[in-house]
Amino acid sequence: MSNLSVSNVREFNTQPEGNPLVESPLAWSYRHHPAPRGNGQHAGVVLREKALLGHLVLRGGAIALDEAVRQTLGISLPSKPNALAFDDNGERSIQWISPDEWLVIVPGGEEFALESALRKALGDAHASIVNASGGQTVLTLSGDNAREVLMKSTSYDVHPSAFPVGKGVTTVFAKATVILRRPSETHWELVVRRSFADYCYRWLLDASAEYGIDTQ
Amino acid sequence: MFYIFCPYCKEHREEEEFHARGQAHLMRPADPDNTTDEEWGDYLFFRNNPRGIHHEMWVHSVGCRKFFNITRNTVTYEILETYPMGEQPTITADIPSVRHEQGVQAADGGWQTVGARPESKALNEETSS
Ligand SMILES: [Zn+2]
Repeated sequence: MSNLSVSNVREFNTQPEGNPLVESPLAWSYRHHPAPRGNGQHAGVVLREKALLGHLVLRGGAIALDEAVRQTLGISLPSKPNALAFDDNGERSIQWISPDEWLVIVPGGEEFALESALRKALGDAHASIVNASGGQTVLTLSGDNAREVLMKSTSYDVHPSAFPVGKGVTTVFAKATVILRRPSETHWELVVRRSFADYCYRWLLDASAEYGIDTQ
Repeated sequence: MFYIFCPYCKEHREEEEFHARGQAHLMRPADPDNTTDEEWGDYLFFRNNPRGIHHEMWVHSVGCRKFFNITRNTVTYEILETYPMGEQPTITADIPSVRHEQGVQAADGGWQTVGARPESKALNEETSS
């Protein structure tokens, strides 16, 4: 299928031909637990899902990965712990997860081409790329009370002095594990496992109720 | 609730993110075929249970998911240092002067302290006064 000459890696595109129907991990939740209506105008918390993005988990040595990532994505691999970097238009990101692991998030549909390009750029380097797109989804929180909701939900310090823009951590959220990150002054992102998506979503609805919540 | 310094994330994290995984620095016998049953049994089953300084392996399971080492006082629960895999502790039971400088002491008020200095020092002084 792939005519790359690199090792024995078999790649396959997880997006089938012909645009079959696809649902976000939260589709069931939207149907069964719609947000309370009528308070959208004064909502202190705005919750959105960035559904069906491309998620790639890169593992390997920082030097080889940095070169490959700069070639293919045009972003330098964040070498500092808990760092999060974006490309110029803010659509593609790469985040430090552990000393030999990074999470790349790109617009949905780009992930397979990116995976192939990365493999080509990596050549024989000892590295692993896993397409985790189907396994997780991204929620964004904004609004005047977004930080208060986070303070109720995670023991991680979300004060701006401890959690500046460009930081991202894997931590405890409610009783689940999420990747919490701060792409901008106004927005927070939660990368949530598919199996925890409904739980986190309903937790957020509940925790935001006192401020008013606006969902899509 | 207390904080532990992860040597890979390079910051203090809530204890809830970690799990203890037993004694650190266990070396598998280099030549198992020529190891006595007693030596092999010691390696597999027997662990130290000291009163005082102990070196333990922990894992930052809800975080970077890396294993690392902790030097901990089993009497006071104070964590004296954390260091990456492959490194040796700077604080051991054999170095009493270091122990004193690092503030290791018998539990007096039953406090549990935080991950690493200097915060733990400040906290100890605060709570013991
Ligand atoms: Zn860590």
